[in-house]
Amino acid sequence: MMRDQKLWAWHLIAGAVILIFLGVHMLTMHMEGVIKIQSLNPASVGHVDKAKIPQAGDRTSDEGDIHPIDWANVRARGVRTLYMTGYIVLLGAALFHGLYGLRNILFELNPAVWLKKTLSALLLLLGLGLFVYGAWAAVMARAVARAWKM
Amino acid sequence: MALKSKGFPNRLGIWGWLGGGRWGAERYLYTLHRLTGLGLLAYFLLHIVVTSARAFSDAAWSRAMSQVSGPFFKFGEYLVFLAFCFHAINGIRLGLVELGIAVGKPIEPVYPYRTSVDVQRPLALAALATAFVLAVIGTISMWSD
Repeated sequence: MMRDQKLWAWHLIAGAVILIFLGVHMLTMHMEGVIKIQSLNPASVGHVDKAKIPQAGDRTSDEGDIHPIDWANVRARGVRTLYMTGYIVLLGAALFHGLYGLRNILFELNPAVWLKKTLSALLLLLGLGLFVYGAWAAVMARAVARAWKM
Repeated sequence: MALKSKGFPNRLGIWGWLGGGRWGAERYLYTLHRLTGLGLLAYFLLHIVVTSARAFSDAAWSRAMSQVSGPFFKFGEYLVFLAFCFHAINGIRLGLVELGIAVGKPIEPVYPYRTSVDVQRPLALAALATAFVLAVIGTISMWSD
């Protein structure tokens, strides 16, 4: 199999991985008002004493609801190793899928060989840099969430 | 011997990306797939940086979220959600077509010629309908807050 065929196969595989993980992410963030799943937003459902979560944001005290992006939910998800691992897998798959897709679009303009090599190197560096930073953030977020006391 | 690309110039340029010509509706789904993909990528790169605030403290997270709140950002986030709905479902369609599913069986090229695009059309319509349903669920959920 040629190199580009392999990369294209990985592009499709990454797409399938994203579909699963980003699907869960979208369910968590954007469909919570219609489809409520307790394990996705643990602080939104159940017996949470809202007075004990002052960092959840002003919206909580104003409207009485805990939003998926409020710290209470971010913390509740962040302490789980499964979530941390999921974030890192999604990060890697999405960066590869997105940046390889961008590379394909740019290559269709038939740039010179030296420009192709430069673009590939820049996109690779950007992807690796963001992956390292994002993975570090996911690991540190878990530590911060575990250390946080109500 | 390895084949070497002759590197013909892409004379159509940007129009070669955007224009469907006589290729039919699926060609415009391809264009939309690219546009939504580029939009999602731009958002995602920023999203990595913004959401990394949770790695510092709860206060840093609240501060970062308050900086990207308000109607402008909410509407932008909504557009990202719509782009996701289309890109994800159309991506499934493209994957199925790539695997040879729902494109019909090969036939003899006998005049009047028939195109496999007509065979694929129900899949494209089903994909659009599914993306629409997802978009409606997300719309209700996001704007009912």
